Amino acid sequence: MSKSTHEIEVEIRNPEGLHMRPAMQFVDLANSFQSEISVCHQDVRADAKSIMQMTMLAATCGTRLKITAVGPDADRAIQGLRGLVENKFVDDPQAAVGEKEGTV
Amino acid sequence: MEIRKGIAVSPGIAIAKPMLIDSKDYRIPRRSILPSNRAREIQRLRKAFATAISELEEIGSSQDIQRNNIQDIFAVHMRFLRDRSFRKRITDFISKELVTAEYAVSAILREIASHFAGIDDPYISERAADIYDIEKRLLVFLLGKRQEEVDHLREEVVILAGDLTPTQTAGFNKSFVKGFATEKGGRTSHTAIVARSLGIPAVVALGDMSSEVPPECVVIVDGYRGVVVIDPDEDTLSQYDQYSRQMTQFASKLNELREFPADTRDGVHIQLMGNIEFPDEAQIVVEKGGEGIGLYRTEFLYLYSGQEPTEEDHYEAYAEAIRAVQGKPVVIRTMDLGADKLPHAGWHAHESNPVLGLRSIRYCLQALPLFKTQLRAILRASVLGDVRVMFPLITNLQELRQAKMILRDVMEDLDEYAVPYNSELPIGIMIETPSSALTAGLLANESAFFSVGTNDLIQYTLAVDRANEHVSTLFSGAEPAVLRLLRSVIQDAHKAGIGLSVCGEMASDPEFIMLLLGMGTRVLSLAPPMIPEVKKIIRSVTIEECNQLSRKVATMDSHRQIKNYLRDATTRILPETF
Repeated sequence: MSKSTHEIEVEIRNPEGLHMRPAMQFVDLANSFQSEISVCHQDVRADAKSIMQMTMLAATCGTRLKITAVGPDADRAIQGLRGLVENKFVDDPQAAVGEKEGTV
Repeated sequence: MEIRKGIAVSPGIAIAKPMLIDSKDYRIPRRSILPSNRAREIQRLRKAFATAISELEEIGSSQDIQRNNIQDIFAVHMRFLRDRSFRKRITDFISKELVTAEYAVSAILREIASHFAGIDDPYISERAADIYDIEKRLLVFLLGKRQEEVDHLREEVVILAGDLTPTQTAGFNKSFVKGFATEKGGRTSHTAIVARSLGIPAVVALGDMSSEVPPECVVIVDGYRGVVVIDPDEDTLSQYDQYSRQMTQFASKLNELREFPADTRDGVHIQLMGNIEFPDEAQIVVEKGGEGIGLYRTEFLYLYSGQEPTEEDHYEAYAEAIRAVQGKPVVIRTMDLGADKLPHAGWHAHESNPVLGLRSIRYCLQALPLFKTQLRAILRASVLGDVRVMFPLITNLQELRQAKMILRDVMEDLDEYAVPYNSELPIGIMIETPSSALTAGLLANESAFFSVGTNDLIQYTLAVDRANEHVSTLFSGAEPAVLRLLRSVIQDAHKAGIGLSVCGEMASDPEFIMLLLGMGTRVLSLAPPMIPEVKKIIRSVTIEECNQLSRKVATMDSHRQIKNYLRDATTRILPETF
């Protein structure tokens, strides 16, 4: 199987940062890929598939993260995670009023 | 023998074997294992994780959880339990350090929790509580029998715990639990509510007890004095046995007083009302012969659910108490918390001196939506009975006027929607700072009544934090400075012809009753269980005796002298109390 490396930088823009629900969404999505995915914030590096390590990153609003994926589906992983972060995890109150009411 | 002092939150005496409930405050001792047992400990850890996951799956699917908005919390716990790197940290620790699975769980999870707690972002620092919860869940499996013992108790015990959670108390076999002693908690903690509803003694805020409880010992929980004795010697034990029997006898004798009025021997009626925290306590006030609720603290609404209460939450809580007292007065005090204590305040400003900071009415005047929600509910409830509203921590006339203006705004809103309320609702204030006491004459012109909160008045007058053990001995209601302020407030209220009550702890303290009467107080609001005892004192004295005592006290110059004098006088009329 072909192995490739993909990398991207994103900025957390939802006001609450990578708090409970966004962190879960991020980790769940990361776990759906085979690739190894890591996330760096300054000099701290976390496994994107670990809720513990992702929480320790303390990614608040405005934090810039570097996401690196290595593996057969690295490209798709990067695109997927980028989409999640850029859509503010659909956790933005304005964007997701309907969804929130459905799930909470 | 070890004697610990805490806060008494539910009266009574319990003497029984202790039952320790695991919590983050109980340290798991470090136990080493042989290298050959590594695999076994790791296997135990795996099983603990598997059990915890299946428990969570079960809980997560229950209707209760879906309704209760805590789905997300359990979902996060589940992610942690399935997190490989999280589990690997624990297994690595077992392998390298050669320790038991329970010690590894405890050590690693605490490390992670304290790391989270140290991050300067509320969303992340709050995750520390989740880690402690996960720790607890794993330890229940690893330590096994303890938790089961609580469910299948067969002998009487007192529960010792860090702080009890609703899940824990729900599982107790209540007929064998005789008392609670917890390291944390306050008057509004879950332990306090459960203890009062079960009618068993409880003492909270005892500090770390984990190291001091020998395995086979007896523990005394003294819910009258807020004392817990661990492993008492024989003398103490027999003293308490006797004390407990006396108190039971005394209480049943006092309860006979219920039908008699709180009149002095020379026929002056003293109105005895109850202080309550929770709506169900209103019933206790009635049972103890109280003539209404003189102080309804409403903080539990903000603290207990972890969310900002809705108008309906407020309304229901008020309506229950108002109905219970059947037309007798109910004085509802508006929210009296500091911003630092509100879990949902939305911002976490750090205050270097919260007691002098943004709290109580000051916070309400800034958080208008929160304040108005409460006022709307109070106004709506005002048609159900004799409801009065009271603003806490007023320090000057400006604040009182502002608060009244907001109340009028809310009234206008209700008018618009034709919602009925009592437009003549009496509006009173707490006198609990030296500034309000010194300007009581001015404040009386615009208040329907005063209620003196002695605890805060003492703290602010003497500049003493009584929770600080280094200075707590300086905290005394018998200090001449406090008594002078109190005397002048009572006089100012009388001059203005407005109502006055004393609702602080002083009004529950038998030693102060004669003095308060002698200084001119005719309304006392106190802890409901104390009503019969205070009534007995009142029925044993004349106002003339009280006046003489008060005049004598006014000539004394130290709190020690005053305290001794008051104690002697009270002992003469009510020897059983001491």
